[in-house]
Amino acid sequence: MNTAPIKIRETVADPNLQKAIYTATGRLMAHRAGSVAPLADYQDLRTAAHELKRHTIENLDYYLEEFERNVIAHGGEVVFCNDGVEVADFILDLAGKRGAHLIVKSKSMTTEEIDLNERLERHGMESVETDLGEYILQLMHQRPYHIVAPALHLTRYQVADLFTEKLGVENEVVIEKQTKIARAVLREKFLAADIGISGANFLIADSGAVVVVENEGNARLSTSAPKIHIAIAGIEKLIPRATDLNVFLKLLGRSATGQALTVYTSFLSGPRREGEIDGPEEFYVVLLDSGRTKLLANAEKRESLFCIRCGACLNHCPVYRKIGGHNYPWIYSGPIGKIITPQFHGVMQDPWLPFASSLCGACAEVCPVKIDIPRQLLQLRAEISESKSSTERRAFGMYAWLMRHPRLFALSGKLGSIFTPRPKNAGWIRHLHGFISVGPLKKWLQERDLPPPAKKSFHDLWKERGK
Amino acid sequence: MSDSRTDILDRVRAALGRKPGQPPQPLPPTVFQTRNLPTPERVELFVQQFAKLNGKPVRVRGCAEACSVVRDLINGKTAVVSNAPFLRECGITDLAGVQTGFTARDELSAACATADFGITSADFALADTGTFVMLSSPKEARLISLLPPVHIGVIPANSLLPNLDELFSRVPKPADLSSSMVLITGPSRTADIEQILVRGVHGPGEIYAIIVE
Amino acid sequence: MPSGRVSLFVTCIVDQVFPKVGLAMADVLERAGYQLDFPPAQTCCGQPAFNSGYRESSREVARHFLDVFRDSEYIVVPSGSCTAMISHHYDDIFENDPDMRKRASEIGARVYEFSQFLTEVAKVDDVGARYDATVTYHDSCHALRELKIKDGPRRLLANVKGLTLLEMEAAQECCGFGGTFSVKFPEISGAMARTKMDSIVKTGASTVVSIDSSCLMQLEGAIRRAGLPIRTMHLAEVLASR
Repeated sequence: MNTAPIKIRETVADPNLQKAIYTATGRLMAHRAGSVAPLADYQDLRTAAHELKRHTIENLDYYLEEFERNVIAHGGEVVFCNDGVEVADFILDLAGKRGAHLIVKSKSMTTEEIDLNERLERHGMESVETDLGEYILQLMHQRPYHIVAPALHLTRYQVADLFTEKLGVENEVVIEKQTKIARAVLREKFLAADIGISGANFLIADSGAVVVVENEGNARLSTSAPKIHIAIAGIEKLIPRATDLNVFLKLLGRSATGQALTVYTSFLSGPRREGEIDGPEEFYVVLLDSGRTKLLANAEKRESLFCIRCGACLNHCPVYRKIGGHNYPWIYSGPIGKIITPQFHGVMQDPWLPFASSLCGACAEVCPVKIDIPRQLLQLRAEISESKSSTERRAFGMYAWLMRHPRLFALSGKLGSIFTPRPKNAGWIRHLHGFISVGPLKKWLQERDLPPPAKKSFHDLWKERGK
Repeated sequence: MSDSRTDILDRVRAALGRKPGQPPQPLPPTVFQTRNLPTPERVELFVQQFAKLNGKPVRVRGCAEACSVVRDLINGKTAVVSNAPFLRECGITDLAGVQTGFTARDELSAACATADFGITSADFALADTGTFVMLSSPKEARLISLLPPVHIGVIPANSLLPNLDELFSRVPKPADLSSSMVLITGPSRTADIEQILVRGVHGPGEIYAIIVE
Repeated sequence: MPSGRVSLFVTCIVDQVFPKVGLAMADVLERAGYQLDFPPAQTCCGQPAFNSGYRESSREVARHFLDVFRDSEYIVVPSGSCTAMISHHYDDIFENDPDMRKRASEIGARVYEFSQFLTEVAKVDDVGARYDATVTYHDSCHALRELKIKDGPRRLLANVKGLTLLEMEAAQECCGFGGTFSVKFPEISGAMARTKMDSIVKTGASTVVSIDSSCLMQLEGAIRRAGLPIRTMHLAEVLASR
């Protein structure tokens, strides 16, 4: 039940990958710390963000309707979709009516969640990822490694070979030149595309607006050059007012990459207005459920919906920093992935996942919206453990019984101490043989030496101390 | 999709135990941190922050100097200039060789796609983050600050605001004004490959701020 | 001169594996002027069962704890994780039992991690200890993040005569123990321990000190496996040295 996929062992044993993950996340941690230090009210901002999200989520129906009214008032349309199939159907239907074939896409975890590109391409659309990291991954048919730094695990040599293979260019290992190659290819796509698809970092209820933050400019281009803009977002992305961005924008960039503001923050409401020279002629916002209402129904779990996808928890997680983004079963990795994967998919699909944490709490400490991830993990563990009867359950039942009987606890300790084979110099144990060397002890000894039980317990020594 | 709409709203209400039309709980108003910063200090701060981002700030006295700086920068290369009245005031729209006065999207897009420079003004600038705030309008198209590889923003010093708080305090509903408000903070960049920073990925890789005092 | 009565809750791991830590803690507290008692019926705080999701079992153990220590004025514990279990998680353990929650909260208010007791209750930074060594301090996670313990142990160490305190880069990174995590995910746990070890080695310190024996056990296990000449010591043992 609690065995992790074999791939984890491979990742941990790969020194290059270990170095890449550790240094990249280390850098992001340092950037965040540097940008947060000068904010005297940083903790107050976190509390404000948490409260704003709680308020919005607890009144979500109201804000969904307000949002819809305002999108329509500005000339746009809102499309509610139960799941990814409905999203794809809507887009394909629209594309059919408009004779559209080419789509440019900016980075959106929500669209990865529903495998949107695959669905669209199966029906003859060309849907091009335009964020550099995502573009590379699309060519490689790989999933993102990290919410904010999707190609974290790749080297320039891999990128060079990829471009040569897929774009037919000469092998180029200089990163700046690789970027220029991608820029040129994608520029053509932006200007020829029929539809631009974006995600949304925030949906603003009082404005009917979509907020997209980025550093490259591909989201601006995707939402400004093509005649049709479709923004796709989970229903939980709502915040009540444009002025609430005053809280969230101060937290998002800093938490993600250590930037006070990302290079571009776009606040988009509706198609272009009368007199505006450019901008899309049609504007759609797709509001996706796909399991979110299930979390909403649970008063404890709905806190997971506060997430603003900054990636800070990933960067600070000592487990993520060892296993990287591809060892998580779903598109969302790191601590947030650890709680929402079972919350969306059911706890028994990947029952090992909530246990793959030392509960260190580094994630909760840096989460800009103060999601108590360790607490959610503990609740998921309780759900998993209590739904099964197993040897482990019986073992803990025994443990509890023993702990309520102090004299028997002392006796068991004594027996353990007598029967543990000890190295001659009474040092720590490196190997155990025979029937003792099973299960937990065997696993412990895979990685480190084991301390032997003390010959005399503290109880014994206290008596000898004579007080 | 009206069925899905009803489904989802019904599920949301059921999950929260709320009735249709039920008003939300009260929400406290946004708190703005006002920052008392006289204009000369705003300019200093903006220049400092803009430079930190690898933007190139230039302080000038008066429109004539602004125009002269722009002329030297573009140095005969192609430039698209927006329809901002401030740029006309400064004479920048009249510079030899620049393209301006676009009102149609296709022509604008074609011009921007090949121009070396995109020259705009801005509605506001934020001193503490070195940010341009641009609202899309008949005066300012979106693509001018986006397609050409170099963006020059020419702004009057009194368009500078101290911080984001001040912006949202003055513009609590950007959607009332425009279909697009964009905050531009430095040149386009990425660190997607090996975490090595590269500028000018899709947006401009070089950005100038000409602050007219 | 601080005074009062302190009940020792040594924790199951100290009782069974590292009893000398408990004795050291007792020595330091006595020297600081406190009268000590050791309720012999004590066993465990319930954390192993709780962390593994067996709430009913953890409730049984927690009830026993609250019973054993019901009359204690102060309860001092040589472990951040056990202290945090009692003061922060008993509320969740008894979530459906308002009476027990109240009891847990009252007793929880009297529970202190050892270094925290010294700096916040006894209000001492210098216990008159002597220990000649270069030392680096490992912040155990529950102590750091749940109990907000960070400067106290460092101050106490800095005041030990002959001791040079060196700060390691990865001081606040988890050692990888996490209870059953270390057994269920040994490769990840081991890799985390090795990262800490590298950081310790980089400081050049001869000794690594923590306020949690479980962390020390994890680190010592990795250090011995690597054959490195680095000592692990509990803060109590350092402070008891003369």
